[in-house]
Amino acid sequence: MSVPQLLVHDRKDNVGVVVVEDLKTGTDMLCVVTEDNSDFRLTVRHDVPIGHKVALVDLKVGDTVIKYGQDIGRIVTPVARGEHVHVHNLKTKRW
Amino acid sequence: MTQANRKIWAYRRENGRVGVRNYVAILPVDDISNAACEAVANNIKGTIALPHAYGRLQFGADLDLHFRTMIGTGANPNVAACIVIGIEPGWTQRIVEGIAKTGKPVAGFWIEGNGDIATVAAASRKAKEFVHMTSGQVRVECDISELWVAAKCGESDTTTGLASCPTVGNMYDKLIPAGLYGCFGETSELTGAEHLAAARAATPEVREKFMKTWQAYQDDVIEAHKTSDLSESQPTKGNIAGGLTTIEEKALGNLEKIGKKVKFIDVLEPAEAPARGAGLYFMDTSSAAAECCTLQAAAGYVVHIFPTGQGNVIGNPIMPVIKVTGNPRTVRLMPEHIDVDVSGVVRREMTIDQAGDALIECIAQTANGRATAAEALGHVEFVMTKLYRSA
Repeated sequence: MSVPQLLVHDRKDNVGVVVVEDLKTGTDMLCVVTEDNSDFRLTVRHDVPIGHKVALVDLKVGDTVIKYGQDIGRIVTPVARGEHVHVHNLKTKRW
Repeated sequence: MTQANRKIWAYRRENGRVGVRNYVAILPVDDISNAACEAVANNIKGTIALPHAYGRLQFGADLDLHFRTMIGTGANPNVAACIVIGIEPGWTQRIVEGIAKTGKPVAGFWIEGNGDIATVAAASRKAKEFVHMTSGQVRVECDISELWVAAKCGESDTTTGLASCPTVGNMYDKLIPAGLYGCFGETSELTGAEHLAAARAATPEVREKFMKTWQAYQDDVIEAHKTSDLSESQPTKGNIAGGLTTIEEKALGNLEKIGKKVKFIDVLEPAEAPARGAGLYFMDTSSAAAECCTLQAAAGYVVHIFPTGQGNVIGNPIMPVIKVTGNPRTVRLMPEHIDVDVSGVVRREMTIDQAGDALIECIAQTANGRATAAEALGHVEFVMTKLYRSA
C-alpha cells in the first residue's frame, strides 16, 4: 500500500488526521481507516500541517465531532468537507 | 523465546525487587539542605544529589505526600544506597527509617548544631563508603516481567493517539499478563475518556474508586481554580501546534497507552506503592511530565515509557525514561531525544504489534544498562507534587 496522507481511527469518525508534512491545498489524499484498513480518497481544501485534522463531511454549528468513534467537541463555525478542523471551529464541551 | 519471557541483566535488591540502575542517592529532606547534598555529590564521584523545592512547614495530606515521595524515591530499586540530609534530625530520621525497611544501606545527617561543612564532611565519608559497597555489585539474570514499568505521555499530538500510545498499550498487553507492574496516571487528562477508562477497571470497587478520584480532581482542582476553558494549559500550546484541539481528543489518545486487554486493578494515591500484586495501576497525578514521573518513580517504578508527539525532552534522575514517537517531523527535527521511532505506523509500514515488540526490545536494552536519550542528555527533572500552600 502506498503511504497515506490521512488516517482515520474509526468508521464512525467525521474527521481524519494528516500524517505527512507539507500537504498542499487540492491534494487528492489517500485516506486509510486504521480500524479495518479500508481506504477512500478526499481532496483537501487547505494547506493542513501534519497532525492536524480534516473534515470528512460538511459540519454545521452545533454538530459533534467524532474521532476514535467518540465525542471530541462541538463545531462553532461551519466547516466544509476537506477543510481544516482545529481551534478556530471546534471547541471542547468540557470545562 | 517470546517477548514476555525475555531475560534481562539487572540488580536484585535486598527486598527481592529488580533495579536497572545502581545509584547512590544524596536526598535532601528539605529545600535548605540542597546545598549540602550537592556538595556531597560534588565530593564523591558516583553519587547523585536530588535537589527539590519543598519540605518545610508542610502539613496534613501534603506532608504525607512529601514523606511518601522522599521515602519512595530512596526506596526505589534503582537506588543501591542512600544518604539523607535534613535541617534537623526528626524528619530526617523518619525518612531514613522508611527507606531502611527495604534493607538497603541508608544513613541520615542533619545540619542544625553542625553546620554545612561538618555535615558535608561526615556525609561525604559515608557516601564514599556506600560507593565502594555498591559499585562492585554485579547484575544478575532476571525476567523482563519482573520490572515495574510506568507510562505517561507528553507534548502529545494526534500521532500520539495513532502510534506511540498504542505502542505502549501493546507492550502492556504483552507483558502485564506475564507479571509486569504497569502504571498510568494524568487524572485531569482523562477528561473526555473517563467513561472508557472507568470501563477498564477490574472490579466495580476499583471503578468507583477511579470515578471518585477523577471527579475530585475536576471539582477540587480544575473547577475550583479555572478562569477559562483551560485553552493553552490543557491542551497545551504544543498540543495545539501538533493538531490536538480539545481535552476530549487529547484524553482519547492518552488512554491508548493502556492497550486493548488489560484492566487496572487499583487506584493509587500520588506516589503510593502498588500493593495488589502484578498488574496495571492507575495513579492520581497531575499531567505535568516531571511531576508525574517523579511520583511514579517514588511508587517504585524502575523504567518509564514516555510517548511524545511534538518532542517533550523529560528525564528523571533515578528512573530511565524511554521516549517513543510516531511523528515523522519530530524524528526529523529532534532525533537525539527519541529512543523508539514508530513513525512507520503512520506510514502504514509498521504494525502496532511490531512497534510494541520494538519497544519491548528497547526496554530490555535499557534494563541491561543502555543509556536512554534523556540519560545521555542529562535530563534529571525531579519535581515534587505539592497539594497546597505550607503552614
